[in-house]
Amino acid sequence: MGGGLTYTAVESTKLATTELYGKAMVELGTAHPEVVALTADLAGSTKIGDFQEKFPDRFFNVGIAEQNMFGIAAGMAKAGLVPYLSTFAQFASMRVADQLSTDICYQNVNAKIIATHGGTSFGQAGSTHHAITDIALVRALPNLTVIVPADGYETVNAVKAAYATPGPFYIRINRGFDHVLYENTDYGFELGKAQLLHEGTDITVIACGSCAYQALAAAQFLKNSDGLTVRVLNMHTIKPLDKEAVQKAIGETRRIITVEDHSVIGGLGSAVAEVMAEMGKGCAFTRLGIQDHFSIIGLHEDIMSHEGIDSNGIANTVREMMGKDFEADDNWDDEV
Amino acid sequence: MALTKQEWLALEAKAHQLRLDMLETTHMAGSGHIGGGSSVMDILTILYHKFMNLKVEDPNWEDRDRCILSKGHAGIGYASVLVDFGWNDREQLKTFNLTGSKMGIHLDSNKVIGVDASTGSLGHGQSIAVGTALAARLQGKSYFTYCILGDGELNEGSNWEAFMSTAQFKLNNLITIVDRNGAMIDGMTEDIMALEPLVDKFEAFGFNTLRIDGHSFPELANAIEVAMATKDKPTCIIADTVKAQGFGGKAGDYRWHYGAMDNDGYEQAKKDLEAYYLGRKAVAEKEGI
Repeated sequence: MGGGLTYTAVESTKLATTELYGKAMVELGTAHPEVVALTADLAGSTKIGDFQEKFPDRFFNVGIAEQNMFGIAAGMAKAGLVPYLSTFAQFASMRVADQLSTDICYQNVNAKIIATHGGTSFGQAGSTHHAITDIALVRALPNLTVIVPADGYETVNAVKAAYATPGPFYIRINRGFDHVLYENTDYGFELGKAQLLHEGTDITVIACGSCAYQALAAAQFLKNSDGLTVRVLNMHTIKPLDKEAVQKAIGETRRIITVEDHSVIGGLGSAVAEVMAEMGKGCAFTRLGIQDHFSIIGLHEDIMSHEGIDSNGIANTVREMMGKDFEADDNWDDEV
Repeated sequence: MALTKQEWLALEAKAHQLRLDMLETTHMAGSGHIGGGSSVMDILTILYHKFMNLKVEDPNWEDRDRCILSKGHAGIGYASVLVDFGWNDREQLKTFNLTGSKMGIHLDSNKVIGVDASTGSLGHGQSIAVGTALAARLQGKSYFTYCILGDGELNEGSNWEAFMSTAQFKLNNLITIVDRNGAMIDGMTEDIMALEPLVDKFEAFGFNTLRIDGHSFPELANAIEVAMATKDKPTCIIADTVKAQGFGGKAGDYRWHYGAMDNDGYEQAKKDLEAYYLGRKAVAEKEGI
């Protein structure tokens, strides 16, 4: 996508992902008068309020009525506007599933959903505010592009890619201060193409969202301590999935771990498993994520640790996987 | 009076023809939503043939008035309107409900020309209409959005979210019309999940609310003109209608929400519609000015 936004790394450490998103929205709004923003009583929490200050006439707060917001956005898009609508991920998926499916995706309108507080990032709010099934739901919806940015600058790229690409988007970001993976927007973000964060041939960790940083940290740690080379892919685009990168990783490393702040059912892990199964090649495979339960209450980082989706959890799983017997040759037939 | 006698008679003839087209389509398809298709037909007829600002040669004209048929199951009636208007090939009606057809029970805005929103899941249309009305205001366009709701669908809570926002945003360019035929699939609305007092409810939600006979073109015309002229708040027109209106003994019977039509039924329905039309035409000739 290239940049345009050139915030410094120093500045970015002070900015929550949502704040970078807010700035990106203001930039988009300045350049494109047809861009409008909607929220459901969460202007402050989702940082879409920055847009409100700059463009009060193009900002619409519908109150606590997410279903209505999604329908309104569909109507606006039908009439030529480009609505960016923002609410918590749990509500932007589960609460509005019918409106998202029928009004937005079925009609294939040019509406861009920014789902904040994704995964367990609003940890202390408890399971009512943990979005651990949203990717499973939205990934199944035709016409919808699904992005889970890894940090603030990737969010900026996703927001801009969404504008540049007609059709509905679901961009899932976190609540707060994500670890910084990218120092600016100019790192070669490409929709539908996995970002190689760390080269490796022993095993591949495929991650999205806040888990991408954790996977990179684990890879760096394992290289020094265990002498392992761990390939890390930031799979920011969940749909359309970069099947080629997955197939390449299966062929070249024969061991795959997926890691996501989401249920292991239906999300990134399932998407990768589908590619693997259809490929017909055996491979050591583990899905890290929320293991089919409602998660505990707590700080996001503590929940990630509890669920084994932080750098320590990933590193431990890598070590377990390396102990599994998978051959390194090219003969698939004697495996599985 | 908002309607001349000539206009009134022309609308009666058009609505009759459209009901016949719907009957024909239902017969070919084997079954269809005759009940709601007929109760809403006079509303659709007067919108498309008197009030809506449209261009036959340019169905996507960006300044056109919008019609959001929230009660999407009336698609078999709406399809007749959109074919008759010249936007879709009449041959398509013969494929209604057939595998691979562009037309099924609920019309797809990406397949049927002139459909402003794909509906079918109830309780969605008013929100979409709020969206187009807000867009029109922001873009400085003067078009109206009409949203036609079924009464049974008012059970869906999402409508009331949308009604609140219609009033909150003071959308005087959105005209809400409720096809109040009193019936839903399992019975009468007041037995299943009562809606009355409906005028009071809309008034309480901030609407200028009118209640009229939805099968009277003069009353529909007057109400729509009042709605267009009302600027301080949005208007809701509750149009009292009859399910399967014009279909003889089927009229008013909730069981004709959706029904099959065999050859005998089809022949009888044609006679019933003809008799119904002649009755209404006589009234128009007598009372029209």
